[in-house]
Amino acid sequence: MTTRIDNKFAQLKAEGRAGFVSYIMSGDPDMDTSLAILKGLPAAGADIIELGMCFTDPMADGVAIQLAAQRALKGGQTLPKTLEMVQAFRKDDPDTPLILMGYYNPIYIYGVDRFLAAAKAAGVDGLIVVDLPPEEDDELCIPANEAGMNFIRLATPTTDEARLPTVLNNTSGFVYYVSITGITGAASANQKAVEDAVARLKRFTDLPIAVGFGINTTEQVRDIGSVADASVVGSAIVRQIENNLDDEGRPKPELVKAVLDFTKTLSQGVR
Amino acid sequence: MSTPNSFKTGPDERGLFGIFGGRFVAETLMPLILDLEREWGAAKPDPAFWEEFNMLAKDYVGRPSPLYLAERLTKELGGAKIYFKRDELNHTGAHKINNCLGQILLARRMGKTRIIAETGAGQHGVATATVCALFGLPCTVYMGATDVERQAPNVFRMRLLGAEIVPVTSGSGTLKDAMNEALRDWVTNVEDTFYIIGTAAGPHPYPAMVRDFQSVIGTEAKQQMLEREGRLPDSLVACIGGGSNALGLFHPFLDDTDVRIIGVEAGGLGLEGEDHAASLTGGQPGVLHGNRTYLLQDEDGQIIEGHSISAGLDYPGIGPEHSWLRDIGRVEYVYAKDDEALEAFQLCCRTEGIIPALEPSHALAHVAKIAPELPKDHIMIMNMCGRGDKDIFTVAKHLGFDMADVMGETTQ
Repeated sequence: MTTRIDNKFAQLKAEGRAGFVSYIMSGDPDMDTSLAILKGLPAAGADIIELGMCFTDPMADGVAIQLAAQRALKGGQTLPKTLEMVQAFRKDDPDTPLILMGYYNPIYIYGVDRFLAAAKAAGVDGLIVVDLPPEEDDELCIPANEAGMNFIRLATPTTDEARLPTVLNNTSGFVYYVSITGITGAASANQKAVEDAVARLKRFTDLPIAVGFGINTTEQVRDIGSVADASVVGSAIVRQIENNLDDEGRPKPELVKAVLDFTKTLSQGVR
Repeated sequence: MSTPNSFKTGPDERGLFGIFGGRFVAETLMPLILDLEREWGAAKPDPAFWEEFNMLAKDYVGRPSPLYLAERLTKELGGAKIYFKRDELNHTGAHKINNCLGQILLARRMGKTRIIAETGAGQHGVATATVCALFGLPCTVYMGATDVERQAPNVFRMRLLGAEIVPVTSGSGTLKDAMNEALRDWVTNVEDTFYIIGTAAGPHPYPAMVRDFQSVIGTEAKQQMLEREGRLPDSLVACIGGGSNALGLFHPFLDDTDVRIIGVEAGGLGLEGEDHAASLTGGQPGVLHGNRTYLLQDEDGQIIEGHSISAGLDYPGIGPEHSWLRDIGRVEYVYAKDDEALEAFQLCCRTEGIIPALEPSHALAHVAKIAPELPKDHIMIMNMCGRGDKDIFTVAKHLGFDMADVMGETTQ
């Protein structure tokens, strides 16, 4: 079955350019502002959107995304509200692939089958769940694939060639290569190391390779885009939200525009 | 649920105790977890590994810890005969050192050159810093900023022992956040770093490995009881935070089904509200810190901060083996509240001349509840897993005793 993600990568290939994947945390700093940003992302150059699902204990995330999750939680964000946001987005945008990214516990508590049905109905195309390695595929990955949803796996610098087939098995949509050993938004990716890693992955899979963690600037988006099928930026965009809050943590009037302008600048790296 | 032939065979090859446990970690850590599992699998049957462990347990930690008949307490409560397994007499003052010793020997065997740990009250941090000093390895301890403030003496102890303490301000700045931060460190420093987890929780193989190191408590207690009374005890009681001291005492007795086993969680201000840390009695299964287990959480799967008068018990989760033992009914889990623990703390000081830590004071509170109703030939072992020196400031505050004022009076 072909998904919006497959179609998008086919389209990018036809255009002869890499894709730009942008991440925001749903409900950051509140649901209305977050939805306004979400709706503006495609026009700001996002080929694919990753929408974070907030969790109190984001163990693979750096400070920027930790704070985003705390803002969202404080604003009352929940998994059902995130699905509502996707539904509202999907009404106006039938094409842009949207991936939910986060941790397993809120999904587990919501109920896996119930979640997959609701996510599918809302218009979610794929899932990235950081704390579900291939060893736990029975939990969500296999049910998600059966429900026609892409389960996108992270491959990392510690994933050696002996392990790669395990990681690639049951992966669909694309492979997300984590360019550093570390958390989101910390160190910067090393271009040569990424180039080698993508080449290695390409020997094992025909799936598109997106690269993320440690990509912060238009130049990095361009450089990574020259060797991978897509560049992912999260923390740098989320920091723009943080920078446009008033002293009480409320969004300043110019917040949405500032975030989207910044995203547009980043997306120029692949255009 | 059917009853297994043995309660001691878990976990399975996927790290599961029933539905609990597992390996819910980011891909970056997965190869490290698998490596650790292999290395532990090789060390566990190696007599040379245990020879070194036993030698240091004896000469450095002071094992075996005594099994002590608490006669005055027994008389005061007027029922069951109460023994204390005195792990509070260990070097560093608690059971934590048993596990740290085992893990640092494994870290050395694996050629790791840097140690990290999380700590709540600071006992595990102190024990980790201690073994790092013993072996000359650099040590970084993550500790919630709130706990750093509450536990100044332990912070200073760790500093003296050469550890670097990193106050964690993310989240709510307590133990669970310290654990998140330690995991973030490990994800970043994958080559040289060994993460010494302080309790029988986390991704497989940690829960089983920590249990194996702590089982020295129960193995000794069993032998000591047979020597002393010529029979097994009728019941075991231990407090539960993450649950490593309890599992250490319980595990060697799990297949002795005549032995009644009771775990005591921290009931805080009571289970009606959110101010408690009783994951088993007041939580539900979820996934956090690499394993599925009972957790304190809301209806959206967000983790709730635990509360207890004892900083060593206020973790919102619990080791996965306890979750399994609860569901199959082999171990009973109850709770004791802050004020009950405080009462038991004073009772122990007064009747036995032992100042217990606030953690085992919870176990003692339950002992005080049930012992009077039990016959005099009922033999009970309670795990005195830590001493109370670290808690005197907290207790003084709760009893309205002004330390600064006393100092003022005595120097006048």
